[in-house]
Amino acid sequence: MPATPSNVPEPRRTDPALIRNFCIIAHIDHGKSTLADRMLQLTGIVEERQMRAQYLDRMDIERERGITIKSQAVRMPWSPTSEDGTATPHILNMIDTPGHVDFTYEVSRSLAACEGCILLVDAAQGIEAQTLANLYLAMENDLTIIPVLNKIDLPAAQPDKFAAELAHLIGCEPEDVLRVSAKTGEGVGELLDEVVRLVPAPVGVKDAPARAMIFDSVYDAYRGVVTYVKVVDGELGRRERIRMMSTNAAHELLEIGTNSPEMTAADGLGVGEVGYLITGVKDVRQSKVGDTITQFHKGATEALPGYKDPKPMVFSGLYPLDGSDYPELRDALDKLQLNDAALVYEPETSAALGFGFRVGFLGLLHLEVIRERLEREFGLDLIATAPNVVYRVVMEDRTEHTVTNPSEFPTGKVDEVHEPVVRATLLAPSEFIGAIMELCQTRRGNLQGMDYLSEDRVELRYTLPLAEIVFDFFDALKSKTRGYASLDYEPTGEQSADLVKVDILLHGDKVDAFSAIVHKDKAYAYGVRMAGKLRELIPRQQFEVPIQAAVGSRIIARETVRAIRKDVLAKCYGGDISRKRKLLEKQKEGKKRMKVVGRVEVPQEAFIAALSSDDGGEKSKK
Amino acid sequence: MPSALPDGEPVPADGALPAAALAGSADRPLGFYLHVPYCATRCGYCDFNTYTADELRGAGGASASRETYAATLTEEVRLARTVLGDDPRPVSTVFVGGGTPTLLPAADLGRMLAAVREEFGLAEDAEVTTEANPESVDPAYLAELRAVGFNRVSFGMQSARAHVLRVLDRTHTPGRPERCVAEARAAGFEHVNLDLIYGTPGESDDDWRASLDAAVGAGADHVSAYALIVEEGTRLARRIRRGEVPMTDDDVHADRYLIAEETLSAAGYSWYEVSNWTRSPAGRCRHNELYWTGADWWGAGPGAHSHVGGVRWWNVKHPGGYAQALAEGRSPGAGREVLAEEDRRVERVLLELRLADGCPLHLLAPQGADAARRALADGLLRPEAYADGRAALTLRGRLLADAVVRDLVD
Repeated sequence: MPATPSNVPEPRRTDPALIRNFCIIAHIDHGKSTLADRMLQLTGIVEERQMRAQYLDRMDIERERGITIKSQAVRMPWSPTSEDGTATPHILNMIDTPGHVDFTYEVSRSLAACEGCILLVDAAQGIEAQTLANLYLAMENDLTIIPVLNKIDLPAAQPDKFAAELAHLIGCEPEDVLRVSAKTGEGVGELLDEVVRLVPAPVGVKDAPARAMIFDSVYDAYRGVVTYVKVVDGELGRRERIRMMSTNAAHELLEIGTNSPEMTAADGLGVGEVGYLITGVKDVRQSKVGDTITQFHKGATEALPGYKDPKPMVFSGLYPLDGSDYPELRDALDKLQLNDAALVYEPETSAALGFGFRVGFLGLLHLEVIRERLEREFGLDLIATAPNVVYRVVMEDRTEHTVTNPSEFPTGKVDEVHEPVVRATLLAPSEFIGAIMELCQTRRGNLQGMDYLSEDRVELRYTLPLAEIVFDFFDALKSKTRGYASLDYEPTGEQSADLVKVDILLHGDKVDAFSAIVHKDKAYAYGVRMAGKLRELIPRQQFEVPIQAAVGSRIIARETVRAIRKDVLAKCYGGDISRKRKLLEKQKEGKKRMKVVGRVEVPQEAFIAALSSDDGGEKSKK
Repeated sequence: MPSALPDGEPVPADGALPAAALAGSADRPLGFYLHVPYCATRCGYCDFNTYTADELRGAGGASASRETYAATLTEEVRLARTVLGDDPRPVSTVFVGGGTPTLLPAADLGRMLAAVREEFGLAEDAEVTTEANPESVDPAYLAELRAVGFNRVSFGMQSARAHVLRVLDRTHTPGRPERCVAEARAAGFEHVNLDLIYGTPGESDDDWRASLDAAVGAGADHVSAYALIVEEGTRLARRIRRGEVPMTDDDVHADRYLIAEETLSAAGYSWYEVSNWTRSPAGRCRHNELYWTGADWWGAGPGAHSHVGGVRWWNVKHPGGYAQALAEGRSPGAGREVLAEEDRRVERVLLELRLADGCPLHLLAPQGADAARRALADGLLRPEAYADGRAALTLRGRLLADAVVRDLVD
């Protein structure tokens, strides 16, 4: 029953009192995209025959992995049912938030564009750590929270249990928790009514210089950068000259408008309104999330609060498997950067892996997404070094080094090494408390607190070195809790720690790609594990190959790949010759793909396997 | 002969060769390989082109049966005559292999040989060999082979140990191959070879020594010793995959090879190819030397490979299809390749390096020559041969021959 009202207010001429800006906070798979789909249909802005699942998710990877990387804002008209039968058309702006830990800053900007949020939780699974973290962010932003249980049509749904959990979390009554099925549409209309009733209208100064906050910035191959803004004060008209307040760069507005859900040009945007603008810039770094836009002439003097430059937290070396793909890799990174202000990279050369880039990411998911896009969208085959964090190394002479690549850890007299620390939130069924504590203990974690969300679900708060999380923490957590635990973290600062660099030497030659910075107490375990792994992975050569792990000049572990003694096929008669020659050609191709360290030929597969965290963690803990 | 055929271009229906292949042929010896694709049973390790059925039919109804096989093969020998035209060369070596040639009556092997003799003529000192299974010959059979013109016989001994023979599915009893050598000598064979296999799952170093001692004691003047290759698709490969028998480690193969070299050289044999030893230069298998020196040979029979002047071709595998082609007057060739100059160079290096005399250094490209210098420094090539302009393997080099080849062909 689409309820598209007549006489819908137009952009720039909408009374702020009729505007409701809200977002949906939900865990992956808890049904956010499906709920958005229902809203698009119910408000009538997408016709039945145009409807497709996850309408708003644009990138293939988003759709396949069920996650939203880039947010979007959709303007929907809605006339709530009122008791006296009158219908006042309101404007609902649904602001989609990225759903993952790595994008906390982007999430916080999306939240800052809203006055309310729908907390959407799967009625069969309950709230997850990431959702909880975003909920806390929303509460910190003073948003009105509307708790909603989704998937009530599922046989496994436990709405009463999880309603109590949500009520406990946000301090409401269990009866206040709405129950919907985004799949069937049940309860969605009532939910929209509640949004109008509960979410406060935006408040801003109409007769003031314009101040619009950028909460998202997306590169489009045809239109250049599309910037999503919420106008806080004043108004922006089309054909206006604007200024980015962080850089003072001026741009011409080529287009301004709203998404319903496709881009629709408008006259302008007024107080409280949400929409997009296009200036012709080609790179999202010129239109950064969190920045404030004002008019060029007689613009605002004070920017909106909260702007931060994105700061990469995790680094990894990316190298093309085939060295001749280096220019393609550079072009691909250039293209991705157009749409990703948080992505940074610089060329780097590895003695073992050749030419590549040291790439900085917001976190592990960001790394994974970028890597997957490079491989899938750009057809590149890559080797990635183990992810590492950024270290601040202070020497005894008080000089400082910022280390983003472990092999560049300074030699000489190191006084202090500082590493980033995060505040981690873990949610799990209470039976796994022991396992989680044990894991966090071995990862140098400090327990900060613990709360029962319900009888059998517990929230643990830890501070942990980020370095301990970026390696294989997720995998270890999953295997120790049979997949029931969820994790979120945010950077909180740095700490000084007893860290050393462990080098791996093959036949006496350092393999830079395998150098790692680890805590002193773990150096031995790392060395033994890597040496053991490499002994399995490196094919026997014509000479014996010692594999050593060293801290400075001190050898802490050693393995040996014995020399190969036999490499000859016994028979070579008339019918074998063609086969033998062709095999030789194939082997020569294989030889070309070998990386040579000193005199040792190492197949790329060995690098990939040695650098992946699979099973490595298990072996070290026997 | 491995069972899988290479990819190649089609062979013309009449089997004709490019003129260039025949140019200068007078300077090259010509040999004949005659394939007999029948066995009484298939051994678990074998992936050769052989069949245990007595009769196999082609799509058009032509039949390749054991009874008429000699006649079928004769057809191809006649085709060879047509293709080689007025090539005046007599045949310098004939080698009958299989399968189990001695599953056919000696007279049939004689008929096949006669076809070669009639069409091409045999050189006066021609080497005429047949493979034989110890359990399928007796003194009378051997005498008949000798009478129809064979002068060399090669027995598949494999091992002197019953438990090893069992794993290999060989049906003869230990001791029988040694008696075969005596019977062959008695029948007048000057040259007798014993084939041995080492590295069979369950074989010990001592088992292997016993096999070598038995071969030496039997008085064979030629011994071939092969590491067991577990070929994909064989019963043995499946048994190893299922864990029923252990896979032999490469280091064990290396040990066994060293034992072979030690035992055989102590008994007066010297190696002339990686897997072949002989008591005197005259005992070398000249037919195999044709393969290793890029000479011409015609391989007749299903799946057989031929090489004439840089053109290599191979016949269809199935005996039925093979018989069908010949019945229709077509070449049974399934595919061929015309070797480019570089292919021929690479083949020379990879084949000649396996020989005791090695390959001339001038065959190597600059990168390969650098690799040869390194191999010399690493003790893989013999210094005196190198000084003489040849890359020839040391004992350790023989064990790493394929690795050396990979470096030297660059």
